[in-house]
Order: sequence, then C-alpha cells, then structure tokens
Amino acid sequence: MPTGAVIEFSNISKRFGGVAAVNDLSFTVEPGRVTGFLGPNGAGKTTSLRILLGLVAASSGTATFGGVRYRDLPNPLATVGAALEAASFHPGRSARDHLGVYAIAAGLPRTRVMEVLTQVGLAAHAAQRVGGYSLGMRQRLGLAYALLGNPGALVLDEPINGLDPEGIRWIRGFLRDMAAEGRTILVSSHLLSEVQQSVDDVVIIARGELVHLGPLSSLDTDAAPQTIVDSPDRENLTAALTAAGITFSIGRTGLLAATSDPALLGHLAFTAGVELSVLHRQKTGLEDSFLALVGGSHSL
Amino acid sequence: MTTFLRSVSAEFAKIFTTRLWWLLAIVLFCYIGLIAGGLGALLAGVETGVISPDAVNTGGAGAFGFGSLPPIIYSFASSVGYVFPVLLGVLATTGEFRHQTLTPTFLATPRRGVVLAAKTVTLVLVGAGFGVVGLAASVGLGGGALSAFGVDALLLDSETWLQVGRTILAMGLWAAIGVGFGVLVPSQVASIVVVLAFTQFVEPLLRLAASFLEVTAQIGNYLPGSASDALVGASVFTLANPAGAPPLDWWQGGLVLLGYAVVATMIGYAVSWKKDVT
Ligand SMILES: Nc1ncnc2c1ncn2[C@@H]1O[C@H](COP(=O)(O)OP(=O)(O)O)[C@@H](O)[C@H]1O
Ligand SMILES: [Mg+2]
Repeated sequence: MPTGAVIEFSNISKRFGGVAAVNDLSFTVEPGRVTGFLGPNGAGKTTSLRILLGLVAASSGTATFGGVRYRDLPNPLATVGAALEAASFHPGRSARDHLGVYAIAAGLPRTRVMEVLTQVGLAAHAAQRVGGYSLGMRQRLGLAYALLGNPGALVLDEPINGLDPEGIRWIRGFLRDMAAEGRTILVSSHLLSEVQQSVDDVVIIARGELVHLGPLSSLDTDAAPQTIVDSPDRENLTAALTAAGITFSIGRTGLLAATSDPALLGHLAFTAGVELSVLHRQKTGLEDSFLALVGGSHSL
Repeated sequence: MTTFLRSVSAEFAKIFTTRLWWLLAIVLFCYIGLIAGGLGALLAGVETGVISPDAVNTGGAGAFGFGSLPPIIYSFASSVGYVFPVLLGVLATTGEFRHQTLTPTFLATPRRGVVLAAKTVTLVLVGAGFGVVGLAASVGLGGGALSAFGVDALLLDSETWLQVGRTILAMGLWAAIGVGFGVLVPSQVASIVVVLAFTQFVEPLLRLAASFLEVTAQIGNYLPGSASDALVGASVFTLANPAGAPPLDWWQGGLVLLGYAVVATMIGYAVSWKKDVT
C-alpha cells in the first residue's frame, strides 16, 4: 500500500492584482487521516490547492509533499492524485482515451485506466464521449484521474459538488477507506455538513487566512449554552425566571434562557406551578461553530 | 528525456483520440484535389490544345508563361493547403486553454517547457503527415489530370521528388507556427479568426501590394507565405511578380518559417503557457 507524504503549506500568500486571495497560510496535513479544508466560497481554497500542485505560482511561501515541491516530484501522479473543481476534459474524447493520454504522459501502465474507471463506477461508460457526461459522472472521472497513479496522497477540491445522494455516500466511504490505507487525504468543501461525517481534522480559512485548525471535535464547543423554555402562561414563567436570577431573551420558539441545564428550569417551573410547553437545550452544532469562525451570515 | 518522449506520445494520443485530425485531413484532400485536379486539367488542356484558349478567354496560348506545369500544380498542396496544419496546431494549443485540459496535462508533466516542446515536435510530424495528404491530392489527382491531357507529369524527375520533400517540411513548419500562434493568442475564437483572415485575405493582398516595387518586394519575401513558397520552390502566387525581385533560396525560406514558429512559441510561452492555471 502506498503511504502518504506529509503535505506542508508554509506561509503561502497569493495576490491576484489587488486581491489577496491567500494570506500567509501555514498548516500540515498528516497521512492516515482525512483533513477537511473548509471555508466559504472565495475563501481561497482552490487557489491554495492549485499553488500546492504547481498550477498557480505563490506570491510567497512554499507548499510541499514530504518536503518536495510538486514540480520536483520524480513521479508526480504516483505521489499525489488531484481532482480540482473545474471540469477539465475535451468533450470529444472518451473517458478511456482521456485517462489514456495522461497514463502515457506519466508513464503509467495502460491497464490502470480501466482499473480506476471500474473503481469509480464508470466502467460501463468508458467508451462514451465525456461531452455527454452528467456533472456527477464528471466528478467521478476527475476522481479516476486522481487515482490513476495509485498515489499515496489525494488532494480533492469540492469532490462532493454535483454528486447524487448515492454518490455522496459512496465518496464518504471511499475517503475513509483511503485514509485507513495510510494515505494522506486533503478534501476541500464550502460546507462543513458535506464532509463532517468523513473528516478527522479540519483546517478552516476565511478571506484567505487561517481561522481554525484541529480535530473535528475541536469545533464542538459549548461557547454560549442556552436552553429554550416556554409556557402557555408565559407571564408567570418570566416572573419565575426573573425571581431565580436567570437572564433570558425572547426567541422565535420560546424564551432563550442563559443556562445549559434544562433540569434546573424544570424544577423552577414545577415549584412555581407553571405548566411548560417547551423545554430543551439548544444545540450549538459544529455548523454553528463553523459559521461563527468564518464570519456568520455568508452565502453558504 | 523519457519525460519528453512520454510527453510526445501523449501529445500524439491527444490528436488521434478526437475527430478533428481526420476531418481536417479529408477537407484538405478534397480541397487540394479539386484545385490541383481542376486547374491541372484546364491548364494541361490549354497547353496541349485540347481545350481552345479562346474558350477560357486567356487571350492566347502560352500567355500563362508557366514554363513547366507540374511543379505549379503540385505546389497547391502547400501554397493553398498550408492553412490546414496551421489550424491543427492552433487548435492543439488553444483547445488546452478552452477545455481547461492544461490542469491534467501539467499535473502529469509539471515541466511546462517540456510539454510545449513535445507539442511542437508532435505537430511538426502530424503537419508533415498533412503534407503527405495534400501531396496525395495535388500529385495524385493533379498529376493524373496532367497525364490524362498528355502533359508529362514528371513523376520520374528527381526535381519533382525534391519538391515533394520540401513541401512536407514546409507543412510541418506551418503546424509549428500554428502551435506558436495558439500560445500567443490562447483565445480559440480569436486565434482562428486571425489565422483565417491573415492567410486567406491579408497576406495575399500584402504580397500582391509588395510585389510592385523592388524594395517592398524584397520585404515581401519575408512574409510567411512567400517564405513557404520559396522553400517549396514553386507557387502560382510567385508567377505574377512585376518588380521581379528574386525569391529567397529554398533554405532561406525554410529558416524564415522556422523563425516565425520559434519566435511565436517563445513569446507565447512567456505570455500564456507559464502563467497561472486557474
Ligand atoms: N484567476 C484569478 N484572477 C483574479 N482573482 C482570482 C482568480 N482566482 C481566484 N481569484 C480570487 O481569489 C479569491 C479566492 O478564490 P478561490 O481560491 O477560488 O476560493 P474558493 O475556492 O475558496 O472558493 C476570490 O476572491 C477570487 O475571486
Ligand atoms: Mg473553489
């Protein structure tokens, strides 16, 4: 089994004209784990990945695989497989010929072409011209290209975009399996919910800068615990809360009380003789933490 | 070196896995066949008196002043057909930009200069193949028409076969010019429009205009079409030459064509090929 190299971004910055797309970004990606590279649209994910792959020149900084720049890798496709979001196909070429061209260029055995097409479930469409492919099929073909050299590291830019539910389930299992084999997996997404079932670690960027880095669980913080409580007799409920010194605000679904303990409110209501219609702790999910980190109300 | 050879093989595979090459080859064959066969029959008929000169309104036999017909007829393969290898070369590079296939290409072969060199070598060879196709039409059909009217097609003449060789070389160089122009103007539509406008309209007019004065005629010799005709050694376009400036030698013509290809490719490499692929 190929073991993955450590991917290392060191202080990379990229300016497009006056726009700072990436600003002093540093992080490492370890083998044997799935790392989610997250951030809203325009955060600089694609630019960072293209810099890593030598397709875009960084304004400063370096990105390497085991200390080696992509362009200096002796067998790039056998070291890193990449699927970037743009559909990069000649529409008049069949999937088999498309992969065949790059197998030749990289000196890989032609038998790999049908192997990877089978692996991504496109074997039956191998001879079909790519112009007739659906978005989901194109995503799979992009993934097949990434797998061509049986690489130890995979770099996937928004691989879940355009996949049907069955495809999403498939790719989640696929990412887990690849990481379990010891490969390095870096997968970008603008939606945490898309990848949270598959990733071990998260690297979150916003406006080109790193905002959070760590295991997925590090996002599960109870920063501002609240409990939602309501009653048909709201007047007496608010009186009881005020008497107990619990601050609250009035929300859409009831009163948002500043406590993480529903039992406390239940006891309070019981002793005050107030009937409750709603009582539950408000979940501060991963997605909320994510949104808070990247600056809240984006067009996500 | 192995990287380069693999890259050349991959570039060949790119060309032969889409339909463009044989569509262009078929149109090239038919177009040249029609011109060489048609004009071959007409001019041979006039020369041998089978067709009355008055019937074609030339004002008298011999007024063509062609000397030997076969070299002129055979030269249509390149003097008219050269736009086909140019288009193949232009589409080979602009297609990479248009379909964003530079991404998988540069991922497989991160050395971009190697890729461009491999593409040029590949297109020179395929362009030479287009030369063979054009010659099959101009020598095959044109020569057949000459023979049918009793004009010696000169197929056993070594000069004919030297011209054939130089035509194949010229067509290869034209494909390299196409590759260079494609990286210089990576927008496919713009590139094709400019190539068609220049080769079919602008350059013929420039050559005609330049031919009236000796100074300008000498400059006109360095236009790519003139250089190509000089390399091949015969062309209908060099027949009308009022100022009588002598054309370049064949090898000078070849070097001028090579120069256009090299300059366009090097500038194109700097302005588009090595830029960010986003
Ligand atoms: N080729 C380019 N020219 C100019 N600006 C660009 C280019 N590519 C990306 N950008 C800008 O850089 C920023 C980051 O874009 P991108 O890396 O595509 O973000 P993401 O992939 O996270 O959505 C955006 O503001 C985008 O508009
Ligand atoms: Mg992106």
